Amino acid sequence: MATERPTDPIPSILRGRPRPGEAAIEVLLRLCGVLSIFTTIGILYVLLSQTVQFFSEVPLRDFFLDTQWTPLFADKHFGIWPLVSGTLLVSAIALMVALPLGILAAVYLSEYATPRVRGVLKPAVEVLAGVPTVVYGYFALITVTPLLQKLIPSLSGFNALSPGIVMGIMILPTIASVTEDALRAVPSQLREASYGLGASKVPTILQVVLPSAFSGIAAAIILGLSRAIGETMIVVIAAGQQPNLTFDPRESIATMTTYIVQVSMGDTPTGTLEYRTIFAVGMTLFVMTFVTNMISQRLARRFRGLE
Amino acid sequence: MQRKRSSRVGETIFKYVCLASVIIPLSLLVLLFGNVLMDGLGRLSWQFITSYPARHASEAGILPGLVGSVYLILIVGLVALPVGVGAAIFLEEYATTDAARAQYAKGPKRWFGLLWNRWLANLIEVNVANLAGVPSVIYGLLGLEIFVRVVGLGRSVLAGGLTLALLVLPIIIIASREAIRTVPRHLREAAYGLGATRWQVVREVVLPSAFPGILTGAILAISRAIGETAPIIVIGALTYITFVPECLSSEFTALPIQIFNWVSRPQPDFAINAAAGIIVLLCTVMMLNALAVLLRNHLQRRY
Repeated sequence: MATERPTDPIPSILRGRPRPGEAAIEVLLRLCGVLSIFTTIGILYVLLSQTVQFFSEVPLRDFFLDTQWTPLFADKHFGIWPLVSGTLLVSAIALMVALPLGILAAVYLSEYATPRVRGVLKPAVEVLAGVPTVVYGYFALITVTPLLQKLIPSLSGFNALSPGIVMGIMILPTIASVTEDALRAVPSQLREASYGLGASKVPTILQVVLPSAFSGIAAAIILGLSRAIGETMIVVIAAGQQPNLTFDPRESIATMTTYIVQVSMGDTPTGTLEYRTIFAVGMTLFVMTFVTNMISQRLARRFRGLE
Repeated sequence: MQRKRSSRVGETIFKYVCLASVIIPLSLLVLLFGNVLMDGLGRLSWQFITSYPARHASEAGILPGLVGSVYLILIVGLVALPVGVGAAIFLEEYATTDAARAQYAKGPKRWFGLLWNRWLANLIEVNVANLAGVPSVIYGLLGLEIFVRVVGLGRSVLAGGLTLALLVLPIIIIASREAIRTVPRHLREAAYGLGATRWQVVREVVLPSAFPGILTGAILAISRAIGETAPIIVIGALTYITFVPECLSSEFTALPIQIFNWVSRPQPDFAINAAAGIIVLLCTVMMLNALAVLLRNHLQRRY
């Protein structure tokens, strides 16, 4: 009896004929996958090439040290900080709304809700993430701002506060859902050990479950921050598009995203310095969201590794 | 005893604070829907749906926006769906360790090819994860440079559709991968045992079983694409347009852009038009989302 060679586990008669169709399909499917790599390369290429040209005309020092952003006026200034401060201000307001609500909502869904209640409430909360952002913008401008003006008379018609609050509602499902995943990943033995020591539910949640889920909650917060930084339409509609180096939420501000939209709506010819500013701003925005996304993914990997 | 009772009260209060954190955002959602309905329902009529935008709010309608949105959705569906599902099949069926072992069994010469597939798959995974977090305006900048200028499509509905297709691609890939992953291994092995090739297994076994999950992901992606505004403003969709796009190279507008245009006008009459437009947009998006949830709950096969 012939012995099979170990390097060739299948006798050649069973290997079948060559199938060029199969190989072609594999190549085709691989191309589909590779498109996402090309998308990333495309984004980087577009942003970098235009940004490099932008910085050949505007020195880096002006971009990072000037405190005014007025590229569309006769007296041009290219300081990015008013846009960054506007972005961070609105994002901070959004997080102040979404953090407590999102985390407590996640605690309810993961620790209190029966499977049936959870089956109703969780999709309902996810609806919040499915509402188009123009609709939230309308809500901020037409409903929330007039309401807030009754409470704070000095609030201007376009302000950072109202879009910030509405954006908080928008990012809440993101924060709640990642936090809930993290809470559910906490092993039930930890809870049972805590109950066994005589602790009731609230101390168990606050001192055992939430601290063990810390990295997941941090991932949720940072992911929410990244979403807030990149959000566009709510701020375009309700914040007034005024580059303003301020941390006063009552004033009108502009964010990086609103500037890009504002320039796109005008007739700025391609190839001009004004046109390149939107790519320089886009690059700054991309770097900020990329860094926050990376941090969030690292933290999330840590808690998913626990499972 | 006293202390025990107060802590029990604390327990109950905490539970209701948590419940309130779920209820408050939901009631805001109801408030939002109620507000939009009250403002816009009176304006909603057949005339509103079949008219062009006009200088007088009461004569204006959303026809070009609706038609533009339909064009965009068709392009997104035709481009992003096959490519996204294809990428997911590659990642789950061709570049996994299981697939690697099967290839190795055919002979060590294939070893290099599958190492290359694994390496490529890792790179694609990292890319998809990052692309899912890229803000939508950035996709607008990509579309503006690549599709509008380099490829030379101009500010056309095709350029807008392709931009949105790239935007929703990560959503489709992630959802399809999850759907494919729920197909149990023994089904594949049974098919291989009958002598099926890899593609036959994918076509006859994996895709039919994963179909409901893939469809759910596709519907969610389409509903996201309908509501996206910023990227197509950036590539240059017009905000005031009095014609219906006739071909793929026509200039266009879309429903959310028409709404945005009306919201940003100071006259309150146009805000009413915006509300009526929002009702149409929300109804479409919410119906699609509900359909996706229903499919997920009822069609998904349990093994």
